[in-house]
Amino acid sequence: MAHEHKLAIFRGTVKFKSNIQKIWGVLIFLTIVTAIEVILGIYKPEFFMHTWMSPFEGGFFATLGNILFSPIIYMKPLNLIFILLTIVKAYYITWDFMHMRDETSALRKMVVWTGVFLICYLIFILLQEGGYIQSVYENGYVKRDF
Amino acid sequence: MDTTVANTGSEGKTWGGGNQPLRSSYGKMMMWFFIVSDALTFSGFLAAYGFSRFKYIGSWPIADEVFTHVPFFHGNYPMIYVAFMTFVLIMSSVTMVLAVDAGHHMNKTKVTWYMFLTIIGGLIFVGSQAWEWGTFIKGDFGAVQTQGGNILQFVNTDGERVAISDIAVNAHGERVAHERKNGLWFVEEETLPAYTVDEVYNGLVAHPDVLVRTQIINEEGHKTVLTREESLTKLKKEGRLVVQGANLKVNEYGTSLFADFFFFITGFHGFHVFSGVVINIIIFFNVILGTYERRGSYEMVEKVGLYWHFVDLVWVFVFTFFYLV
Repeated sequence: MAHEHKLAIFRGTVKFKSNIQKIWGVLIFLTIVTAIEVILGIYKPEFFMHTWMSPFEGGFFATLGNILFSPIIYMKPLNLIFILLTIVKAYYITWDFMHMRDETSALRKMVVWTGVFLICYLIFILLQEGGYIQSVYENGYVKRDF
Repeated sequence: MDTTVANTGSEGKTWGGGNQPLRSSYGKMMMWFFIVSDALTFSGFLAAYGFSRFKYIGSWPIADEVFTHVPFFHGNYPMIYVAFMTFVLIMSSVTMVLAVDAGHHMNKTKVTWYMFLTIIGGLIFVGSQAWEWGTFIKGDFGAVQTQGGNILQFVNTDGERVAISDIAVNAHGERVAHERKNGLWFVEEETLPAYTVDEVYNGLVAHPDVLVRTQIINEEGHKTVLTREESLTKLKKEGRLVVQGANLKVNEYGTSLFADFFFFITGFHGFHVFSGVVINIIIFFNVILGTYERRGSYEMVEKVGLYWHFVDLVWVFVFTFFYLV
């Protein structure tokens, strides 16, 4: 049976001779990424523990800047690294283990765009509201410590 | 199409039902649709977790202080065991994808063996998760819950955690749990904690080197430790209930929502792994019986493979948001 597999990963930088070799290659890559995450999680380097930018103060453009740079203004760089590495892992699991690389691009888009769009929406709504409730607690309208 | 499983005799006719839109068989495409909807379910849970975490951003438990155990070893090893679990799951994903590949080559022996290894990997993972739950439910140091539902933990002057059982002083007049056979009939109360708050307070008085640690996170990212005087007044004034371990109501590690979400999300994921193992076992026996050999296609292995990889994919996110971030 002829099954077409695309055998190159990292945009063609690494090419494998057979599908089985590609599977092991992806496993090694995923293991390395997980190891990096675990090591960072255990040692928590001081450099990554504080935000690299503080929020802009001022009017409309400051707000716009805060939204644009929100991942590095409001998130510890370490957490940002963890989330990015997770998405990298998710990409290789979907693309190589689930053979998304070999599907038609329409099927790829159908699955990925739908998911990504709805998930982004969900995350935005819930985290925004969570932050709002936190600010209500913070400003002392609701007493929690008693 | 060589992957077609059933023939309708109407191939090639546009509306005959033999077509494969997107060059993917019906079963595979439906599995993808299911995966998209299941992914939305999981992201709903994880986003709700994020909601609660943002709500209690200043007092959320620090995962490294919660998940510190490794089976058969004593001591403080944060992250090690869960990293092992992640590796087991990724590894079983690899054996699954190797089984799919062997299926493409119609190699029955290899498919059988790789499916077998996948099932073993899944069982190790589910077992590890059960152990992780057990440890989490049992708890280790114990804590006191305040009237407002916050948690007070105990540390010595070096900042190391102190167990309640090590400091509590046994007081007289211990209260007995009310059972349904005594007094008011058919009315009972839950098991009483091993210690009362008074016993813990007396213990705190008797141990001058023990301090109270609140769940508030300070600027250095650590939990705030109170001074000796503050510790005594805080425990005396606000302590209400001695808590050991975690369940859906109380949680010695901090906000009880943390335990609720832990049980809910890892439980739902564990249930997925469990059903994945069951489906894998069914497919495994089908492979042995030669069902797919006769059918001339191992596409069924590919379809359960998709589900199995999805379970791995979800774990990657659960791992990040529960244990790392």
